[in-house]
Amino acid sequence: MKIVVALILLVLGSIVFHWLSPWWLTPLAADWGEIDLTIDITLYITAVVFVAVNLFLAYCVYRFRYSPDRRADYEPENKKLEGWLTAITSIGVIAMLAPGLVVWARFVDVPEDAHEVEVVGQQWQWSFRLPGEDGVLGEVDSAYVGLDNPFGMNPNDPAGDDDVLINTNELHLPIGQNVRLWMRSKDVLHDFAVPQFRVKMDMVPGMVTYAWLKPTVEGTYDILCMELCGIAHYAMRGHVVVDSQENYDEWVAAQSTWSEINGRPPGDPVAGQSQFATCVACHGQNGEGNVAMNAPALAGLPAWYIARQLQYYKQGVRGAHEDDIYGKQMAPMANMLADDQAVRNVTAYIDTLEVADAAHTIDGDPAQGASHYVSCGACHGAQAQGNYALQAPRLAGQDDWYLKRQLQNFRDGVRGTHDEDSYGHQMVLMARSLKNEDSINDLLAYLNTL
Amino acid sequence: MQHVAIADRPDELHDPQSFIAKYVWSQDHKVIAIQYGGTAIFVGLIALVLSGLMRLQLGFPDTFDFIDPSSYLQFVTMHGMIMVIYLLTALLLGGFGNYLIPLMVGARDMVFPFMNMLSYWVYLLSVLILLASFFVPGGPTGAGWTLYPPQAILEGTPGYDWGILLMLLSLAVFIVAFTMGGLNYVTTVLQARCRGMTLMRMPLTIWGIFTATVLGILAFPALLVSAIMMILDKTLGTSFFMPVLVSLGESLEYTGGSPILFQHLFWFFGHPEVYIVALPAFGMVSDVLSVHARKNIFGYRMMVWAIVAIGGLSFIVWAHHMYVSGMHPAFGFFFATTTLIIAVPTAIKVYNWVLTLWRGNIHLTVPMLFAIGFIFTFTHGGLTGLFLGNVTIDLPLSDTYFVVAHFHMVMGVSPIMVLFAAIYHWFPLMSGKMFNETLGKWHFWCTFLGTYAIYLPMHYLGFLGVPRRYFAMGTTDFIPESAQTLNAQITVAAILVGLSQLIFLYNILWSLRYGEKSKKNPWGAASLEWQTPDQPPHHGNWGPELPEVYRWAYDYSVPGVKEDFIPQNHPVTDAERTDGEGGHA
Amino acid sequence: MKLLKMLGTKPWLHDAEPGGVAAYAGPDNGDAARIALRFILAIVGVLFFLFIITFLSRSQYPDFEALAGAPWQPFTDPTRLWFNTSLLFMASVAMQWGLGGTRQGKLNVAVTGISAAVFFTLMFIIAQMDLWLHLQSMGYYINSNPANSYFYVLTAIHALHLIGGLVILSNVVFRVWYDNKLESLTAPLQLCTTYWHFLFGVWLVLFALLSSRPETINALAAMCGF
Repeated sequence: MKIVVALILLVLGSIVFHWLSPWWLTPLAADWGEIDLTIDITLYITAVVFVAVNLFLAYCVYRFRYSPDRRADYEPENKKLEGWLTAITSIGVIAMLAPGLVVWARFVDVPEDAHEVEVVGQQWQWSFRLPGEDGVLGEVDSAYVGLDNPFGMNPNDPAGDDDVLINTNELHLPIGQNVRLWMRSKDVLHDFAVPQFRVKMDMVPGMVTYAWLKPTVEGTYDILCMELCGIAHYAMRGHVVVDSQENYDEWVAAQSTWSEINGRPPGDPVAGQSQFATCVACHGQNGEGNVAMNAPALAGLPAWYIARQLQYYKQGVRGAHEDDIYGKQMAPMANMLADDQAVRNVTAYIDTLEVADAAHTIDGDPAQGASHYVSCGACHGAQAQGNYALQAPRLAGQDDWYLKRQLQNFRDGVRGTHDEDSYGHQMVLMARSLKNEDSINDLLAYLNTL
Repeated sequence: MQHVAIADRPDELHDPQSFIAKYVWSQDHKVIAIQYGGTAIFVGLIALVLSGLMRLQLGFPDTFDFIDPSSYLQFVTMHGMIMVIYLLTALLLGGFGNYLIPLMVGARDMVFPFMNMLSYWVYLLSVLILLASFFVPGGPTGAGWTLYPPQAILEGTPGYDWGILLMLLSLAVFIVAFTMGGLNYVTTVLQARCRGMTLMRMPLTIWGIFTATVLGILAFPALLVSAIMMILDKTLGTSFFMPVLVSLGESLEYTGGSPILFQHLFWFFGHPEVYIVALPAFGMVSDVLSVHARKNIFGYRMMVWAIVAIGGLSFIVWAHHMYVSGMHPAFGFFFATTTLIIAVPTAIKVYNWVLTLWRGNIHLTVPMLFAIGFIFTFTHGGLTGLFLGNVTIDLPLSDTYFVVAHFHMVMGVSPIMVLFAAIYHWFPLMSGKMFNETLGKWHFWCTFLGTYAIYLPMHYLGFLGVPRRYFAMGTTDFIPESAQTLNAQITVAAILVGLSQLIFLYNILWSLRYGEKSKKNPWGAASLEWQTPDQPPHHGNWGPELPEVYRWAYDYSVPGVKEDFIPQNHPVTDAERTDGEGGHA
Repeated sequence: MKLLKMLGTKPWLHDAEPGGVAAYAGPDNGDAARIALRFILAIVGVLFFLFIITFLSRSQYPDFEALAGAPWQPFTDPTRLWFNTSLLFMASVAMQWGLGGTRQGKLNVAVTGISAAVFFTLMFIIAQMDLWLHLQSMGYYINSNPANSYFYVLTAIHALHLIGGLVILSNVVFRVWYDNKLESLTAPLQLCTTYWHFLFGVWLVLFALLSSRPETINALAAMCGF
């Protein structure tokens, strides 16, 4: 008889769990209430069936439990009953399917007035492209992708000149406007998903897919990749910010177009040398770093990485957390660089410095570290040489004490938790896969052997 | 191919004597079944441990040092693949199919016993290749059990080099093994049934296994085709599935293939695969319910039609796995419709199971408990399928934990409920011993309640939008802290369920050695496998004379007959016939 | 119809026959191999069908260049393919001839027929391999174009099926040799012959497909909805 009680309790328990559960669809932020409605219809129909079938099951088990002085009925079939049950089931199925098809028809048919945004996926980052003033997205092809052309823009297509390229993982959308998201991928399958928007779509290399929506609630929402795309799949995050029209326009104006990016002058190492004088006190004459001053080696770090970090310091993305003692020292230093050109110059100069081997200060088991490094190597390279395409800096030759502190900062959320820190988020998640200090030491011991 | 052996020739009934001939290179379907079953359960245990490791990471994300993002994905992939192919398919068809088909249709063995033996050894080879991938550089593949290209064969995915090749090779070898076994199963069912065993007198178990095998031999070629093409993409640089792409900043030489093409092939196999697992389970649970409720299965004909209909429909629903894959969205209308149509025959099966209990005389034995557990979990899993099959609802829910919870409920927990029911039900036949009832009940309660505690809450993580195949969730703006508590609770339940399988193993092993000798036909079953002269049946199953069948397999509690069951091989008495042309209805 | 009628019977009713044995007479193992062969043909058929479907789907991508059409493409002039086809045709004919020999109990006809079939089959496989080398020498490598990839893959899979057939055939012949009973060869040889004809049919389809001009392929693909 326990089974009867168990069945009844499980049915009731499921209902109670559903009612009490604080876990339900995240509040909707787009005009897709119909999807939620379809879910509700299906939920109620299936719930009725679930309760009815299982309570009836419990009843049968109770009522017709074994008794030595009773015999079971002999009833091969009952056509009428079976016919009724088939008919009722069919009606239920139609009641669930019909709204689903109607809503799907609406999803398939993108409104004429939708403005367009392109979402580009790559392992394990998002980037975005807006069509610019002419309203036309320029031609792109993976064949054009290169170091200075991460979007694969066709250099000969004038429609692309005014395209706004957003090479960070934050997208803004204006509230109350239909938007069609064109999606493509540079490498493997990804899936653009924002739970609050309900709609999602895979991004497939070699083709362009789409989804559309109308954001209805201002706010910042997580973009998640929902199609397995490799080791750092879970760290492929971004934000979409639903803005008022004014804020949106302001944001668009602050972005750079393809022609602006192309037109930027390269950094000048000669000009950069004088600016580097300020850095020498801590980082050393040759950018070799100084453990006593808690200053890491700069020589060997790629210019684009230093440039990004300097910008972050300037914008308060890095070095603003109260526990980031040394970052806070760096922030005012970075602010002494007047503009973007100054940043480019000084990084160009650092690029010319001779790389020295850092001293090893950490003991650990390199063999253990090698297995931890498998996940790191996906971005930072098998030899820790770094990879521009993934925005992953070189790690080989860096001071191990510095890397250790940064890993701990990432783990503790001291670094990488600022909303604007595109790649730091990823490092927070990755650094947390090192679960204790020994693991960090092992990893660094391995890095020291590279 | 004319190697018919002992299927109907008693003169070849020499029982092999040496240990090797009897238990290793055996051509006896019963021994091969046990070999299949043992191997499948062994790899299944490995997959169970892998799932425990995954759950540890998900429940307690910052704790276990030996699980990193790549090994996590490897656990996910190997767990899924082993469970679906190497455990469920192999155990249901290679194990139970092999054991039950000749016995239930009244044959001495499979029609091609040598090929049957070969099938097992080739299966074992595929398992060894699969396990070898744990020991190659880079470890096993971490591409997810769907093995989607391009990422499956590109740097950035664990085991993209050796692991994926071994996986594809192992699958190809498995398909060869399955095909050899499958040819045997269908031919035996069609050609080696004993006198009087018309197709419509076969127990539903055989209908389920037969239909599943037909699905299998027609669907596995799709997997073989995709495996061959992916191996070539990986090794020879062809571009079947590989588009022009820039992998980790490096342009590769692929010229422009289609990843979606792979998905179509994969799911053209993958969806029938669901029913390859489900249909034998449907069949076996029908028989268990009928025997232990002492009542004929309700609506036998409808049950057969439903099995055939589900089998047929399963070939035209595959793209419901691909609603958000980027395929042409118009396909959504067609596949949502076919998918929801399949719910009708499935629902009928559920109703008929419950109606079999209605006015029965229910013995709550261990197999019966598992069968009731199956009805409950399958109802739950089947109903959540109506969410995912409906194209619109799939938009928010695809690739979330809702999917994980759904397919574990419908394809993991429920078939496994049936597997346990079947193992307990046929254990006395296979071993001649009785299992320990108390331990069996403990095993049931831990498994039944435990799995529901795992998977019911998991649906709600899916509603929230928690994505599957994530090593860690980190912080997001939409997942409340409490979800982590829920995850930890799920992990605890999962570990308990995993550990409780030790009760099962202990019970089986202990009972094999020390169990009480079973009575002959202890459940009073009418179907043919219990009517062998010996229990367990000897080589050749039937002694000198093949049985003859006079009735269907469900003559329980026939009015006017003293016994509450009439075995299939008992001639119809005059009393029965005069009872009326309309049978006993 | 028979199937529907069968599915409609009510198995719980006892028919009027004495003893209640229904129309089904019991095992027929002589037929088992024939049934199994039907399933094998179905499986092989599905395998090639799926390859062909993917071929048509893949043909609609811009990098696909059919192997026939333009004058410089290798199969615009399909003479070599016709030559290979005739070899396989001869193999099929020889099988049929040998089968006729066994039916009439003519040992020498049977032996000559089977030997000729094996010879022509091997020649076909060698000729296909020579065609591979020829394509390679023209620069048509397996990875240079999807059409080439399909050519190599489909011919290789087809040849593997022939080799499998040869293995079974040699097993059958060896057993008959051993038993020294010609009449017991008839049934298995009949199955082998069917298999050979089937593979010849498959080859004709592959031939037609692989040597099609782009227009034909596009039309076929359009018919399939790609």
